[in-house]
Amino acid sequence: MRDVAVVAFAQSRAVRAEEGANEVEILMPVVSAAIERSGVPRKEIGFTVSGSCDYLAGVPFAFVQGLDAVGAWPPIRESHVEMDGAWALYEAWVRLQHGDVDSALVYAFGKSSLGDLPQVLTLQLDPYCMAPLWPDSISIAALQARAWLEAGHDEREMAEVAARSRKAALANPMAQVAQDLTPEELLKQPYLVSPLRRHDCPPISDGAAAVVLAAGGLAREVSERPAWIRGIDHRIEPHGLGVRDLTHSPSTRLAGERAGVGRATVDVAELHAPFSFQEVILRQALGLGPDVEVNPSGGALAANVMMGAGLVRIGEAAGRVSDGGAGRAVAHATSGPCLQQNLVCVLEADQ
Amino acid sequence: MTEAGPDPNEPVRSIRAPVHLEYHFMPGRASSRFLRGVEQGRLLGQRCPQCAKVYVPPRGACAACGVPTDEEVEVADRGTVTTFCVVNVPFHGQKIKLPYVSATILLDGADIGLFHLLQEVDAEKVHMGMRVEAVWAPPEQRKPTLESILHFRPSGEPDADYETYKDHV
Amino acid sequence: MSGQLCAVVGVGQTKYSSTRGDVSIAGLCREAAGRALEDAGMTWRDIDAVVIGKAPDMFEGVMMPELYLADALGAAGKPMLRVHTAGSVGGSTALVAASLVQGGIHQRVLTVAFEKQSESDAMWALSRPMPFAPPTLAGAGGYFAPLIRSYIRRSGAPDHIGIMVGVKDRQNALRNPYAHLQIEDISFEKVAESPMLWDPIRYLETCPSSDGACAMVLVDEPTAGRSPDPAWIVGTAMRSEPTMFAGRDAVNPRAGRDCAADLYAQAGITDPRGQIDCAEIYVPFSWYEPMWMENLGFAAEGEGWKMTDSGATAFDGDLPVNPSGGVLSSNPIGASGMIRFAEAALQVRGKAGEHQVAGAGQALGHAYGGGSQFFAMWIVRAQKP
Repeated sequence: MRDVAVVAFAQSRAVRAEEGANEVEILMPVVSAAIERSGVPRKEIGFTVSGSCDYLAGVPFAFVQGLDAVGAWPPIRESHVEMDGAWALYEAWVRLQHGDVDSALVYAFGKSSLGDLPQVLTLQLDPYCMAPLWPDSISIAALQARAWLEAGHDEREMAEVAARSRKAALANPMAQVAQDLTPEELLKQPYLVSPLRRHDCPPISDGAAAVVLAAGGLAREVSERPAWIRGIDHRIEPHGLGVRDLTHSPSTRLAGERAGVGRATVDVAELHAPFSFQEVILRQALGLGPDVEVNPSGGALAANVMMGAGLVRIGEAAGRVSDGGAGRAVAHATSGPCLQQNLVCVLEADQ
Repeated sequence: MTEAGPDPNEPVRSIRAPVHLEYHFMPGRASSRFLRGVEQGRLLGQRCPQCAKVYVPPRGACAACGVPTDEEVEVADRGTVTTFCVVNVPFHGQKIKLPYVSATILLDGADIGLFHLLQEVDAEKVHMGMRVEAVWAPPEQRKPTLESILHFRPSGEPDADYETYKDHV
Repeated sequence: MSGQLCAVVGVGQTKYSSTRGDVSIAGLCREAAGRALEDAGMTWRDIDAVVIGKAPDMFEGVMMPELYLADALGAAGKPMLRVHTAGSVGGSTALVAASLVQGGIHQRVLTVAFEKQSESDAMWALSRPMPFAPPTLAGAGGYFAPLIRSYIRRSGAPDHIGIMVGVKDRQNALRNPYAHLQIEDISFEKVAESPMLWDPIRYLETCPSSDGACAMVLVDEPTAGRSPDPAWIVGTAMRSEPTMFAGRDAVNPRAGRDCAADLYAQAGITDPRGQIDCAEIYVPFSWYEPMWMENLGFAAEGEGWKMTDSGATAFDGDLPVNPSGGVLSSNPIGASGMIRFAEAALQVRGKAGEHQVAGAGQALGHAYGGGSQFFAMWIVRAQKP
């Protein structure tokens, strides 16, 4: 495989509702910042790909306006996935493997505040047998949490994840929810949808993120310490909740194996676990031991821009590699109800 | 025997699954400025700092240059029809009586066409180069939406010379 | 072409019709995918990854339907991608699938595109009053009709050109059993006398609204070597430009011209009209045939309509355009672009049946979307490059 690295990352500060700015206005400074940090001139970027979702904005072709933010003139090589930006990054990584272009811009945006996100996400379910019942996304996650608890876990594990994530977020200026509370204090909170308490659930966020990838020599030229993508893979599971063992994430395990997570020690992991207990499932699926630092950014429990949160995990993990804080990092993204689809990316500094 | 119900062997060919979702749209900064202008009977565009083209409505960015547009420029509420079509197709949610003309209008002072209704003229008399003017809703009925311009109508001026708008056809 | 060699070894299509009430969305996709696998001589097990595409989720009211379709498309445990690039999506989806092979990631990729328009109302989804905008939009026709009028003004084309395309593509459709519209008595008068929907677009100059799916199996060089009739991909390109900016030429967009130029350079084509044997291009309104002839470099600017007028684009012309009947005869929106790509592949594989263009050795597949701003194209060839 051709060497490809993350050479720049930018994101907006996640907020519950970006009242003034529309999607383009949120996205434009983020894209500009990522390109500027990359050191690759805008007009020389070889490929552009984005991730977003029409249903967040409630209009068809919502992604089209995103093009206004990238200066797509003269016309650019461009693609779009109706998926989290992490999968857009995967498409860009594949495109860079062809060898004829050396850099790619990847971006994602989501403005969930326009609608009622847990209800909107209902439309992801089987349209004939599940969606007409209108289970919302939090209730679906609560079903999974209950199955997980029954399999031998307890609510304290959930509270520990939440407490650590929110505390870590105090050091992340881009986070939306940050506080220093103990697991004991969190466990005194009422249930939102039993067995989930509010802190077990992600905030609803507006925001955008962008990454610049560069291949081989160009990456070394523009970056002092490129975060090399040493493995990237994604897998999907069956859709029906009754078909799956919701207490495990076999697609994450498989993607992790294919990406080579276990080939060497992992210093830090950014896991896209929108619900607290899912982090435990993911750690197990990826074989991450207690010595691995997980979600120093605060993770999805601190900021969860739909369509962007997975890309943010890759950007955050790459940032830790590039700033010298980690030699080897794992980033993960998820999509669909109960961790149905998962992507794993291994990032390394030069040896 | 009881009365026969639906045939259990008949395949189900469709189900009704109504979807009702509410969205609260937000126009964003540039559009907000524009829509507040419309409420006051003014058309406010923005000029690109790089290519100097004037966008109406402003989009907060010049899509060609990929830069934010900040400088506000007021343009005329009259202009030239660069192209149009006569809509004669009914569809769900349509508010306007058929047939109607929807036209691309290059407002004087703007560098990009505005899409709007053209009325008070027979459809067959509409043509490229026709000069038109905005018909505003009465001030007390204006809202921050482009519907505050009820429609455009012929202004009575002589047709614009093709050369003046051919780059917008 | 960039990256490693890739070829089409399987194509599957559903019968296109206004309502496929006999199948679910999953059943529709599976029908096409199953036929593509059968054509490729493969089973679900042979597939490494699945790439799916469709137009806006609102057309069926299912958000990210790839999640629900994972089971039906045999994707469980495999990578699955979902592409969405407006009307060009069927083409872009095929290109992303090809990219997985060209990039050396996978050996056998299944790609599927679909639309089940009967399950909701695409006209509604495309014409919903947008907040803060005047309520004048009326479907895609309302957007493209003024551009067609601009083309007619700029080129001086006579009125009958659009009618000729409307007749020709429906005649071609009679040779294609999958085509939605089968108008046995199609004639110049019938099209000319059909009502004006969006003047200058007549009813029979527009595409229908269809249910349908199309699928392909794309493979690497060693796998293609075992196929009796691979269609080798010798060029792939996509280009995008913004919808609206001052000075944009939306009639003959630069993104399309650049995309074609890139494509031809990869395929070693210097004389497109002489070197390409047939073309499947995205013509949702009849006038887009001459418009794209110019944009694609088959004719000089302002001259595209003369190709239609002279019969050059007819089934027996020197460059048959849309021998399958095209988008004017079948339009499952999200699949329409992939059908163009797949039909191009069928032609060079010699498997197009009644609408086979004799001796087709090199064919173009083309798709566009949005406000004529997203383009996806490929060139396929019978001979291994």
